[in-house]
Amino acid sequence: MMEHDNSVVAKANHPVIITRNATKEPKSIQWILISIVLLFLTLFLVVPLIAIFVKAFEKGAEAYFAAIAHPDAVAAIKLTLIVVLITLPLNAIFGVVAAWTITKYDFKGKNFLITLIDLPFSVSPVIAGLIFVLLFGLHGTLGPLLQSLDIKVIFSIPGIVIASIFITFPFIARELIPLMQSQGTSEEEASLTLGAGGFKTFWYVTLPNIKWGLLYGIILCNARIIGEFGAVSVVSGHIRGMTNTMPLHIEILYNEYQFSAAFAVASLMSIFAIITLIIKSFIEWKTDFKSTKAR
Amino acid sequence: MNIVTEGKQTKKRTIPGFGLTMGFTLLYLTIIVMIPLSMVFLNTFSMGFQDFWATITEPRVLASYKLSFLTALTASFVNAVFGVLIAWVLTRYEFPGKRIIDGLVDLPFALPTAVAGITLTTLYSPNGWIGQFFSFKVAFTPAGIIIALIFIGLPFVVRMVQPVLENIEKGMEEASASLGANRMQTFIKIIFPELIPAILTGFALSFARALGEYGSVVFIAGNMPFKTEISPLIIMTKLEQYDYEGATAVAAVMLIITFIILFTINILQWWTGKRYSGK
Repeated sequence: MMEHDNSVVAKANHPVIITRNATKEPKSIQWILISIVLLFLTLFLVVPLIAIFVKAFEKGAEAYFAAIAHPDAVAAIKLTLIVVLITLPLNAIFGVVAAWTITKYDFKGKNFLITLIDLPFSVSPVIAGLIFVLLFGLHGTLGPLLQSLDIKVIFSIPGIVIASIFITFPFIARELIPLMQSQGTSEEEASLTLGAGGFKTFWYVTLPNIKWGLLYGIILCNARIIGEFGAVSVVSGHIRGMTNTMPLHIEILYNEYQFSAAFAVASLMSIFAIITLIIKSFIEWKTDFKSTKAR
Repeated sequence: MNIVTEGKQTKKRTIPGFGLTMGFTLLYLTIIVMIPLSMVFLNTFSMGFQDFWATITEPRVLASYKLSFLTALTASFVNAVFGVLIAWVLTRYEFPGKRIIDGLVDLPFALPTAVAGITLTTLYSPNGWIGQFFSFKVAFTPAGIIIALIFIGLPFVVRMVQPVLENIEKGMEEASASLGANRMQTFIKIIFPELIPAILTGFALSFARALGEYGSVVFIAGNMPFKTEISPLIIMTKLEQYDYEGATAVAAVMLIITFIILFTINILQWWTGKRYSGK
């Protein structure tokens, strides 16, 4: 509407007074673009989300709770929890140490190191499973050794854990590196000058500064561990009640045409995903901190 | 992202613990990532070039590479276009429910891929909520694979472009408008060039993810050899038949493609770093 005025002003070479409209689209265009986005997101995100819950309750609440309380489902939930409880702390410790190393010191090959840490993001989950079969499987490099020690890794819980560690390896480091880079090293240096040791400095100076970023990384990492399918599928062996995590349990139910039961367990995981998104938005709101790297 | 280390100035290491933390980082990285990944190449080398070549040029394997590549490319392209649009609407406009929409964009990262897989299959099957409106089959065809890959890769471009859009100086747009450019010209000549590195990085990340995606695709693909069989599924099938050599060979090719994509992303980020640190 005001575009016309602006062009006149510009052509006349007067001191330019720019109205807000010069950098905004007309309202009609705005609403067309908003509508396209809302339609696209509704089709791709909202409808599937609603469908999960509708399908889960298709056979009534009783069937829903029966599916969730089924011993195999409970075993799958327990196993998933065990995997999270081992994987998450290990990758959190690694994430903090790696981010500290990369942001607090100067050394050559830093970018190369970051690329290596990022590597598991881009490796196919199936390949992530395959490499551990090649390493620990019966015919794998360490297979005979493990067998003589009577340790089972593949088709057993350790395999699921180590594949999960690989898949979610970069998550926490990736969130912390940009954050710690922007914070610099001056606070740590001040603390050290005042006589605190390295660990004390980390505990009282660095950690409080990165706690929200750390939490952010942890919940994203957690969501991925719970939901990982491809890698776990390769190494688990699909033994019911033993090595089936929740996603694998869903797959089995679905392939057996027990659709309502599959969606019941899926709805449980979706609730978890929604909680993850809410906590994530809460952290972003609380700290103005936004993931710098899409994951 | 300011990952590129600045200049050549050497700062003295005042903070203790470099050896310890660097040692731990490298040890963990070696045990969890480097040694396991190197298994693919060690096993490939031991199988001899002729066997390797014969495996990766099997017509069924070649068909899977082609399918994986084309579906991933199409899905990433759709995501790049809609990603820019979504990022634009979320950063520039106000509308009710914007915060919720913004949070929801990350759903594909939080939702397990198997859940996405069974849900999309149910929706797009011929009598499903959405599938019934199509005159052709969506689920169990390459179109279904593309739908699943669009879902999986949706957030990448949005999340790469959003921060760049937020940081574009309003002054440049004002200058462009004051010089007589209309809104479209300003977008194409001023804003879009600033977004290119972020779009390409998001596209590449989405592409790499789509190429290797398994969980969401196996349900919707139908998994017909030569038609809807993706490369990760070939690896899976070969593993189930205890054909470890075959699986490894196919995996080696996929890994090399992944490395090339990662290398490209790194160059893009170096480019971005150069562009933005100059200001």
